[in-house]
Amino acid sequence: MTAGTATQNIHDYLAEFDDIPGTRVFTAARARKGYWLNQFAMSLMKPENRERWKADERKYLDDWPMSAEQKDAILARDYNKCLDLGGNVYFLAKVFSCDGLSFAEAVSTMTDMTFPEYRDMMLKGGRTPEGNRSIKGGY
Amino acid sequence: MAQILGGVFTSHVPAIGAAIAKGLQQDPYWKPFFDGFLPVHDWLADQRPDVAIMFYNDHGLNFFLDKLPTFAVGAAPIYQNADEGWGLPLFRPCQGDAELSWHIIETLVANEFDVTTCQELLIDHSLSIPLELAWPDQQGSFPVRIVPIAINTVQHPLPSPKRALALGRAVHAAIESWQSDAKVVVFGTGGLSHQLDGERAGHMNPDYDKFCLDNLATNPDALTQHSSLDIVDLAGSQGIEILNWIAARGAMGDGVQEVSRNYHIPISNTAAATLLLQTEAAKVMA
Repeated sequence: MTAGTATQNIHDYLAEFDDIPGTRVFTAARARKGYWLNQFAMSLMKPENRERWKADERKYLDDWPMSAEQKDAILARDYNKCLDLGGNVYFLAKVFSCDGLSFAEAVSTMTDMTFPEYRDMMLKGGRTPEGNRSIKGGY
Repeated sequence: MAQILGGVFTSHVPAIGAAIAKGLQQDPYWKPFFDGFLPVHDWLADQRPDVAIMFYNDHGLNFFLDKLPTFAVGAAPIYQNADEGWGLPLFRPCQGDAELSWHIIETLVANEFDVTTCQELLIDHSLSIPLELAWPDQQGSFPVRIVPIAINTVQHPLPSPKRALALGRAVHAAIESWQSDAKVVVFGTGGLSHQLDGERAGHMNPDYDKFCLDNLATNPDALTQHSSLDIVDLAGSQGIEILNWIAARGAMGDGVQEVSRNYHIPISNTAAATLLLQTEAAKVMA
């Protein structure tokens, strides 16, 4: 358990953010890195932007000051890569909603399961916390 | 003096909004969740609150990464939803109670909670879905005025559970000193355990959720033993929305008892819950 208080060194505290398996906590560092990636995604809340995006995805991305890697990750719908590059799922949701994907289907693409397998896991109570909580601690 | 009657705590998964729009409340997938609101409907019909103070987290509709307050209080005469990109009809607008908003703001800042104040504020699904769940089938407007209080649960650093509870308690002090005969209900939205990102997506933790549900009424301080990062570990990246529940519980004060609870896995990727708590004042009113 982390203290997360003023008594703990802030650098030690931030280092603990990378200890949860399969999880990229949306830290300030990620929010800075992904600022324009997330801005692009949020632009798809406007219907006229959705139309332009659907008409020519690559051209639409050229309007945004994103890295080539971020653009490629979006075009490939590689959401784990997008998370690595500073994306946040709340905002990336605008991209997969445009694709007509439900949250559950889009989320399943980040796991090692097919959508039917993932949906089945959720119906059976979700992914267990056992063994999925700490890399360092091995629990 | 204003009376605080109770608290409604509920998940706000966007898919619930889609289910409402499509009228799927009796569908086998959805019924176990929507049925959790039947006791809430009865209670609200008995108690008839005038005002709802709503603790929630915006998902980018009003507060995005360009300007992201840790705590923000709405002080608008009316709150509108807007297109969130889901392809759904907009949720109904809701009247505000700007007088109470400013009384809360004055009290919070006097108590050293230096909140952002918002005379215009769009409300997203995390606030609209709980309103639609609590007061369905109403043509036109909701029968309450609202005060939205937004908590950053999106971009770390997040406030601690301890700070969220203290914020709620300061809001409680504000309601107690509000010179009005209005009846008040509080809402805490979001959660419970869920994770929407990364290889660990689909994470759920019924044991931690039960701990929260069991302690919220009678021992809310128990929920502050974990840091916000601990809660991400326990409840998932987005399970941290429990901060909204903790703050809302703080706003209720002491002498709180459980009226009903519903816990259902899954709604989309989420362990969904609805909890209704009431105060001594509600028992007197009933």
